[in-house]
Amino acid sequence: MDLISYLPFSLPHPALLAAGVLEGTVLAAVLALTALGLSIVFGIMRVVNVAHGEFYMLGAVLAWFITHTVSGTVGGPPWLGFGIALIVAPLVVASMAAATDWLVLKRLDYDPEATIVATIGILYIIQQLALTFYGPDARPVEAPFDFRVQTPWFGYSGYKLSVVGAAILLMLVVWLVLTRTKIGLIMRATQYDRETAQAFGIPVDKVYAGVFALGAGLAAIGAVLIVPIQQAHYLMGGDPLLLSFIVVILGGLGSLRGTLVAAIFIGLSDGIISTLYEPTLAKILATLLVAMVLVFRPQGLFGARAA
Amino acid sequence: MIRSILLHSFVIAALVALEPVLSEYHHGNLARIMVLAVYATGYNLLFGYTGLLSLGHAMFFAAGMYGCALMIRLAEWSVGPAFVVGVICALIAGIVVGFLALRTIGVGFMIVTLMFAEAAYLTILYYNEYTRGDEGFTIAQSVRTIGGLDLSDTTTRYFAALTLFSICLIASAAVVQSKAGRVLVAIRENEDRVRMLGFDPFRYKLLALVLSAVMAGAAGAAYAVLFGYAGASFAAVQYSIFPLLWVLLGGPGTTLGPLLGTVLMFYLVDYASGTIMPGLAGMVETQFGIEAPGLASAYLLLVGVALVLLVLFAPRGLLGTVRARMIPWLP
Repeated sequence: MDLISYLPFSLPHPALLAAGVLEGTVLAAVLALTALGLSIVFGIMRVVNVAHGEFYMLGAVLAWFITHTVSGTVGGPPWLGFGIALIVAPLVVASMAAATDWLVLKRLDYDPEATIVATIGILYIIQQLALTFYGPDARPVEAPFDFRVQTPWFGYSGYKLSVVGAAILLMLVVWLVLTRTKIGLIMRATQYDRETAQAFGIPVDKVYAGVFALGAGLAAIGAVLIVPIQQAHYLMGGDPLLLSFIVVILGGLGSLRGTLVAAIFIGLSDGIISTLYEPTLAKILATLLVAMVLVFRPQGLFGARAA
Repeated sequence: MIRSILLHSFVIAALVALEPVLSEYHHGNLARIMVLAVYATGYNLLFGYTGLLSLGHAMFFAAGMYGCALMIRLAEWSVGPAFVVGVICALIAGIVVGFLALRTIGVGFMIVTLMFAEAAYLTILYYNEYTRGDEGFTIAQSVRTIGGLDLSDTTTRYFAALTLFSICLIASAAVVQSKAGRVLVAIRENEDRVRMLGFDPFRYKLLALVLSAVMAGAAGAAYAVLFGYAGASFAAVQYSIFPLLWVLLGGPGTTLGPLLGTVLMFYLVDYASGTIMPGLAGMVETQFGIEAPGLASAYLLLVGVALVLLVLFAPRGLLGTVRARMIPWLP
């Protein structure tokens, strides 16, 4: 990729562009999962979870611990450790999130401003505990399988392509659960009118804890999927948090369809831009765009109305 | 009114009286604390009195710091005029951000300010040719003088910080006890009713935001000239969270809360890093500026725990609780 620096503003080579699009697709897939988690939590609970990126980081760090233990001490193959991590890490993160909801958010009665301050605190707590117990190093996780898909111009990692597939599958499942099942109906009823839902016997407290756990769990799954591509590091939560914010706001706060469209748009452009050009400038423009959208079009660019 | 004047005069007099008795270590700390308390006092005008929670005040602090430090470094201006430039930068930033961000309320305002501050931080990193990015740059001791006084001298530095702090404390007390200050509190309590009474809340909120930004900028510029360093870490999101924490701890909506919160949090972090990780001599430098890679930032754990506990159990902060329980006239 050193070649890029020699051709900064000329048109990129088609193969390079294709690579950028592929990288962008992988990023977009994981970003969509992570942002979906943030969006569901905001949509149903009206809580802006600033600690969302740290749940993502926890997923990655746990994945490292699990794969490391399985391959290191037990001597299992990479796919076994990864498979266990893919199930256990999100579950652990989700239960931590449910505990957070019960210990902190519920006691604040989900007051929007107080919960933001509290989740900022939780962000630092999780991040610094990770620093204390996991350390400052970035550590790699081996991919569960290793094959290359050959295109006419270049080979491409089969693992990355399956990440895209897995993310799409998961999002389909979440969408089906939210729109086609009783659980989804209960969640939407709680979102629509918390008090009436309570009056109809819906255990709102449990729904909230479950929604918060689901949101964090989605971020953790995204992180487990990405960790064979990017290494696990205690500060890795910052970027996905910022990007998820951008996605959720551009897509319209609480609008799931808008979130998906925006995730694909932002993920692809971020992938292409950071493969080809200067990423800092792109981030500056993206954050300013988000601020402007919130100021002038708070319902988002894609969503017609906040759900 | 008399009680309030006496109380503030007493606090300032106590800070003057402390100067000769402090050890060199606490001397340096307190100078730093007073500069940061200026930042917190400005933040309190917006958050504590007007009820607007900004998550992006680091951009105003950084506007003051870089406005001042870059004039010294690149244009070779002297400290006085450069300080004024820093404050003007923060003023302009406050007006621009105010006109845009005050169109939103509640959570929207928090995220818009957060995003503007993030953009400002990234801009500082982007132009690292001039700003030296995260690494930052130092300002030579030889140019840190004003009117023949050497600002790197500990006593001069202490009194310079105290002067700035006193001006901002008195200004803040005067504002919140004026008619405009009453309107700010009324906006915090019920904005619709303020509008119904014929006031324009936007004008008052803009006033609070701009005053707050100017104080933050003055603190940033003062930090640069008194401690001779400017770096991008002062523009990072932590630096927007710190004043929130200090004000929450000391008591939002009390004039002396910001100072109390800054002092307590500073020494709490200082003490914790001293006992948990002894031998880290550079801890205070790490806490407020130069990052040592790896070990040093675990103090943020304390910041996180304090934020959660305060928001859960003491949303009124220390002086807010004192006012509610014991001294109702506390300004």
